[in-house]
Amino acid sequence: MDQNMELAWKGFHSGEWRHLVNVRNFIQKNYMPYEGDAQFLQGATERTQRVWEKCSALLAEEMKKGIIDVETRVVSGIDNFEPGYIDKDNEVIVGLQTDAPLKRIVNLYGGLRMALSALDQYGYQLDPEVERHFRMYRKTHNDGVFDAYPERILTARKAGLLTGLPDAYGRGRVVGDYRRVPLYGVDFLIEEKQRDKRELDGPMDDERIRLREEVSEQIRALEQMKHMAARYGVDLGRPAQSAKEAVQNLYMAYLAGVKENNGAATSLGRTSTFLDIYIQRDLDNGVLTEREAQELIDQFVIKLRLVRHLRTPEYNELFGGDPTWVTEAIGGMGVDGRTLVTRTSFRILHCLTNLGTAPEPNLTVLWSQSLPENFKKYCSEMSIDTDSIQYENDDIMRPVYGDDYGIACCVSAMRMGKQMQFFGARANMAKSLLYAINGGVDEIKGLQVIPNIPLNTEEVLDYPTVLAAYKKVLSYVAELYVDAINIIHFMHDKYAYEASQMALHDTLVERLTAFGIAGLSVAADSLSAIKFAKVYPVRNEQGIAVDFRTEGDFPKYGNDNDLVDDIAVELVTYFSGELKKHPIYRNAIHTLSALTITSNVMYGKKTGTTPDGRKRGEPLAPGANPMHGRDENGALASLNSVAKIPYRNICQDGVSNTFSIVPSALGLNRPQRVANLVAILDGYFAHSAHHLNVNVLNREVLLDAMEHPENYPTLTIRVSGYAVNFNRLTREQQMEVVKRTFHESM
Amino acid sequence: MTLGRIHSLESMGLVDGPGIRTVVFLQGCRLRCRYCHNPDTWQREGGTETTPRELTDRLIRFKSYYKSSGGGVTFSGGEPLMQPDFLLETLHLCRDAGIHTCLDTAGCGLGHYDKILADTDLILYDVKHYRPDGYRQVTGHGMDETLSFVKAVRAAGTPMWVRHVVVPGLTDGEEHIRELGRYIRTLPNVEKTELLPYHLLGVSKYRGLGIPYPLEGVPAMERKTVEQYQNILDEMLGG
Repeated sequence: MDQNMELAWKGFHSGEWRHLVNVRNFIQKNYMPYEGDAQFLQGATERTQRVWEKCSALLAEEMKKGIIDVETRVVSGIDNFEPGYIDKDNEVIVGLQTDAPLKRIVNLYGGLRMALSALDQYGYQLDPEVERHFRMYRKTHNDGVFDAYPERILTARKAGLLTGLPDAYGRGRVVGDYRRVPLYGVDFLIEEKQRDKRELDGPMDDERIRLREEVSEQIRALEQMKHMAARYGVDLGRPAQSAKEAVQNLYMAYLAGVKENNGAATSLGRTSTFLDIYIQRDLDNGVLTEREAQELIDQFVIKLRLVRHLRTPEYNELFGGDPTWVTEAIGGMGVDGRTLVTRTSFRILHCLTNLGTAPEPNLTVLWSQSLPENFKKYCSEMSIDTDSIQYENDDIMRPVYGDDYGIACCVSAMRMGKQMQFFGARANMAKSLLYAINGGVDEIKGLQVIPNIPLNTEEVLDYPTVLAAYKKVLSYVAELYVDAINIIHFMHDKYAYEASQMALHDTLVERLTAFGIAGLSVAADSLSAIKFAKVYPVRNEQGIAVDFRTEGDFPKYGNDNDLVDDIAVELVTYFSGELKKHPIYRNAIHTLSALTITSNVMYGKKTGTTPDGRKRGEPLAPGANPMHGRDENGALASLNSVAKIPYRNICQDGVSNTFSIVPSALGLNRPQRVANLVAILDGYFAHSAHHLNVNVLNREVLLDAMEHPENYPTLTIRVSGYAVNFNRLTREQQMEVVKRTFHESM
Repeated sequence: MTLGRIHSLESMGLVDGPGIRTVVFLQGCRLRCRYCHNPDTWQREGGTETTPRELTDRLIRFKSYYKSSGGGVTFSGGEPLMQPDFLLETLHLCRDAGIHTCLDTAGCGLGHYDKILADTDLILYDVKHYRPDGYRQVTGHGMDETLSFVKAVRAAGTPMWVRHVVVPGLTDGEEHIRELGRYIRTLPNVEKTELLPYHLLGVSKYRGLGIPYPLEGVPAMERKTVEQYQNILDEMLGG
């Protein structure tokens, strides 16, 4: 064995991981589960405080100006930027996307128009020479997609049936196994890729040619990564020898990814327990103190909080700020029954105390009934204090993905380094239902979006008739949607391949495709109205239903009532089944999510009045949430309804639910509140539910923050699948959040 | 088949008994407490009809939340004792299903208390007043019925958490609280005493129902004062 490896791996337990890339095996052989409490945690060091003070000032300035600066002379790339620092003397972990903090990168590979428009709107101009050459010599992902899109997809896009498709910017959701870099060093990883490439021989069909080209790109990316790090004085070639090097090298690997790509979500993976092994070794050897260990994690998190992409203001409006979804999956259980919670699981959550709350990184606790009670309690305390944590059910993901998966974006599980995801945005289920009533014609734009759907002329809508037409519409949408996604990812691989991130995957990677739906609760409630009440459409001259008059009451999703909840279950099951009828590019596996992020506001804007009583333009409910104000039996009934949406094999890309409660309704005093929140999480996930955002705050606080944002610079709240700074939401989104059911009781 | 009438169901009550509890509000109450914030539950006829089985099946769905919090179901109202047959059958089914049962009551029902208490794990007993004249002033009724309920509780040995609403000018003042404390000492199986500050959240319901509000102009009770009263009471009753 290499001398560097001997040195770096000294004191680690041996295993398969020493001979081939297998980070999970390394973790299993070496990590130390932690069942204790949070007493050991330390505050921020002076160095950390100094660095964070500088960042806080910059972040406040950014909040005012929109962006701080853009590098306009060079475009994105792993090694295209000079090294940059915040406060060199006090930075324990170094590395920035460009030569200055918060200075953004222009990435043209996803699409020229979007990038240039973003620059223009913020008052910047790309170096004319760069732009001229790029236009002359380079085709973009966006160009490719629109060369291939058929008319029917363009129409569906225009009508807002399919929205948020990653066809004009980076698709994101590709999470490299960044842990490989500190564990093995880049030199070893390059050798492995070279061997893979040699073995990739045989008849030169499409897939083999493509893969050989990609592996070559990956090798080049690893070399650039090493060179980029060297400019910061960091040697990525050899494995990390200390905790500090482990954190630093892992961050460099991640950093390469966000220099090269501007994907919608650029998530981190599952790193804290991996890093804990290095920290524990140094603590045991007496070369690191607890305070220094926390400093490493704090400074790592500071860097993650500074990751930025150049977006158009419209994009920021859609997603409520400037999200990058630097998602870190924390905790969970091992398949052998030991918890994967370590001291560093606490340390990374403790950053919320040391640095204050912030939307990033997107801290995601993998919840299991079997998590150590102390950790459950600590998470609950942090949720009550910071509203910055989301929870996902490890007990239902582990059987599918094993015990070394991470979360991309908000809810998308994938095995680290073994699976990647083709991101697919979402289809509007509420609008689809209107198409079933309106002969496939868009209720707002008047376009014929779906062919061969009879125009409904009934005085009172008949449930079997509408349901049959709806299924026909959904079948068509499923096929159309798969076609769009196939085109998008074909072109993205071709024109904006994520070489540095894919280099940190196995060469023969499994691909998942994440389809999504918006408007689930509106669709279910509308069908329930048609089934259990009398719904009279009010039609315009063209026979299009533009309003509905409803007589009688009907069961509503969110009350744990099977009569309507079963409709929601049937919808997702049917749509998932229809999607699976159509094969995907590169044999990717179909998955589906009920996750809207904040875009439920935008989708609502584009959707006409629906039979459930929602008016034209009003927001849809986020994710799989019930519509606000319709859950009449309190929080648990609402949670139980959402828990019925099946995860495994149906919505296996995630079922997102956001839960807001006022502190006084959670219990009379703090210990009660902490215990009750733990019980809510245990109870919800015992129903095989998938995801929960938890906000514990007063409606009055939000109303006050709308009027006096300056008093709440870091007010962070969780919305569908991620956290946002409340001040960066549009007024409409803020109102929507305030209106959203707050669980209060007297 | 026994049918009950339910005003509403709050699946997640965290302040009516231990742990996470589902609070079932039953229709019907004879008392007319001046501070009542649920006048919409007075009538026996209102609400939604349901069977004990249907209701229990809904409650079973919340068992996972009760389990780790030590919670369960709380029957409230209205006055849950006003539907004895329905209550009895539902309590029994809940017991069978392993759900912890609690009654939030003023002890003013229609009898059958022994049988009801046999399937009850905990009582949140609302002490309206400790003297017959005061009791009548608050509720418009005499004390006999609630005293016969207390007698049954004594016999059954069911644990009680005593609650008392503190209303400015009606049930406040240190002397009142001390009298109350002395009275509580005479009650059986008391594990805990909670003072609840009077609030104004019920006012709009009266307007909606076209009933004049009996405490018009009375302000909400100050929480601070109630905390002081609570301290006095806790001292008297030994925590």
